[in-house]
Amino acid sequence: MLEIKNLHASINGKEILKGIDLTIKDGEVHALMGQNGAGKSTLSNVLVGNPAYEVTEGSVIFNGKDLLQMKPEERAHEGIFMSFQHPIEIPGVSMVNFMRAAVNAKRKYHNQEPLSASEFLRLMREKRKVVELDNKLANRAVNEGFSGGEKKRNEIFQMAMLEPTFAILDETDSGLDVDALRIVAEGFNKLRTPETSAMVITHYQRLLDYLKPDIVHVLLNGRIVKTGGPELATDIENKGFDWIKEEVGL
Amino acid sequence: MEENKEKNKLVREVAEKKYEYGFTTDVHTDIIEKGLNEDVVRLISSKKGEPEWLLEFRLKAYRHWLTMKVPTWAHLQIPEIDFQAISYYADPTAKKKKEGSKEIDPELMKTFDKLGIPLEERLALSGTAVDAVMDSVSVKTTFKEKLNEKGIIFCSISEAVREHGDLVREYLGSVVPYRDNFYAALNSAVFSDGSFVYIPKGVRCPMELSTYFRINAQNTGQFERTLIVADDDSYVSYLEGCTAPMRDENQLHAAIVEIVVKERAEVKYSTVQNWYPGDAEGKGGVYNFVTKRGHLRGADSKLSWTQVETGSAITWKYPSCILSGDNSQAEFYSVAVTNNYQQADTGTKMIHIGKNTRSTIISKGISAGKSQNSYRGLVKVDARADGARNYSSCDSLLLGSECGAHTFPYMDIKNDTAIVEHEATTSKISEDQLFYCNQRGISTEEAVGLIVNGYAKDVINKLPMEFAVEAQKLLSVSLEGTVG
Repeated sequence: MLEIKNLHASINGKEILKGIDLTIKDGEVHALMGQNGAGKSTLSNVLVGNPAYEVTEGSVIFNGKDLLQMKPEERAHEGIFMSFQHPIEIPGVSMVNFMRAAVNAKRKYHNQEPLSASEFLRLMREKRKVVELDNKLANRAVNEGFSGGEKKRNEIFQMAMLEPTFAILDETDSGLDVDALRIVAEGFNKLRTPETSAMVITHYQRLLDYLKPDIVHVLLNGRIVKTGGPELATDIENKGFDWIKEEVGL
Repeated sequence: MEENKEKNKLVREVAEKKYEYGFTTDVHTDIIEKGLNEDVVRLISSKKGEPEWLLEFRLKAYRHWLTMKVPTWAHLQIPEIDFQAISYYADPTAKKKKEGSKEIDPELMKTFDKLGIPLEERLALSGTAVDAVMDSVSVKTTFKEKLNEKGIIFCSISEAVREHGDLVREYLGSVVPYRDNFYAALNSAVFSDGSFVYIPKGVRCPMELSTYFRINAQNTGQFERTLIVADDDSYVSYLEGCTAPMRDENQLHAAIVEIVVKERAEVKYSTVQNWYPGDAEGKGGVYNFVTKRGHLRGADSKLSWTQVETGSAITWKYPSCILSGDNSQAEFYSVAVTNNYQQADTGTKMIHIGKNTRSTIISKGISAGKSQNSYRGLVKVDARADGARNYSSCDSLLLGSECGAHTFPYMDIKNDTAIVEHEATTSKISEDQLFYCNQRGISTEEAVGLIVNGYAKDVINKLPMEFAVEAQKLLSVSLEGTVG
């Protein structure tokens, strides 16, 4: 599904990613852990084509296509979704209009007719249940006046609406209380199919308890320095990163 | 060099493609000689077969105009206009008139069809009567007979002068006197056509009335005049639309709209202004210098101005309300979009005279490209206006970093009991917002459209349904290619 080779990227001229190699197969959930500034968010942003980041070397192939040649919206249409660490507020634009534009843009890309108003509203109702999103929130402007937890829930709601094949969760657990975390994580699990895969960025074991990653990577100083099974996350939760740093000589 | 030229041509093509109404109509048009003097004023009056009192009115206005200077207080860069290089009368219906035919030239019918304004009643938008004006002449007014059954008069102002002379004489110039300002004096001297509406006492106009203005002829000015009188307990909703061909030289449009609202009457006046704005490099476009004013004469009367301004190279326009009647209510809702080299200085005046009068001003400016967009508004509360209230909200949205947004609110409050509130915000569409939309699969252009329409929706929602849909599309088209 996703094949990243020797990926280098920088922001404002500063190199953050220094050669990432990562392959994620259909149906797999990969967790990406690492200290602040290691490059986790940079990797996510590069994959979704954020223009603030510059790719200087390397390649990313997504389902046989050259991802780096695609515009951000084309990547979305091809099935990539990112749950933002800091979801953006768009005053004046209702969630309904926003989602309708997004859903119909994807349908157009795949040569499908746009959904009628009633079909669309039915879809909204159905998907809202996945993350128990309040109807009132769905009628408000995008993220405007939402609490931190509501914003994260809204991200997973959008994911439910767009049905991506590859999802990136960028610190979706930060700012969530225990109940909200459970709702978001269970919501995510409900959306999983044998074909969908995900990359989950987190500092904590508790989200991974729900999501049960197949593979865990440790990112340090712009490179993946260690890869293991779910037990690696538990080790990090208990021991921190220092022992890994020592192991790799950083 | 060659490459640059090619590129400029491309830019031009793209910019021009976005203005859908830029075609010209090939029709025999009777245009009088360029220039302005008393003989020209007399010629216009005689071409229209006007009575003596109207000629006198025109001449007085003309003589007063000679004593006036071009206003320069607006935040606008207006190139000097040679008023002797303009023709003041162009009649595209002259040939048929000469032939003694009442038929409308098929070319004119085709033009209005192309503009989406069919002049055959069976094809018309349901519930809308249209007065179609090209250059200096009203081509046709639809549904006149049907409205007549209710006593409603809806016709061109030329026809009103002939058929309802007393009514026109009573109200013409009573809201905007010819001495009001430079362009009002000019208009009063040379005005050609426009619409006249009279809604009798107690009548609710059963359909939307609308006037569609089209400039076609070259080197001409359009000086339209609209007069709306709503008698006691009546109601009317009135729409105005306008387009012009794409021409390299600038065209002058200096109109007057006067509205009289009597006791308990209500008038809604909506404009979607889409005059040719000039090309991407600022060449050509219409100068839109317009005086619009309503007088709420009766107690408990209501007037609302709603305008969506996307066109014109330069806009100078302040639809205003004089709230004389006690408890009268006035509203001004405006979205003004400027792109490329467009300039707009627009806003309103709310003059509170009656007791317990209320006014609301909602202004939304959107600037892109290298344009300049100003809100200028006056709230005046007279010493007599006990309990007057005003709420003003002026927002500016900037797209890009080379455009300008300015707010000039004036207040003149002479009564202690008045409550006047003013809020203003300036915002910018951020890269983060656009990227968030992109990540969800929404292209940058569509995202700008969504955000702008969301920003303007308080105003758009005030427009009648069909106009609202048009206005939304227009906003998106006007701003295509402004970001990214």
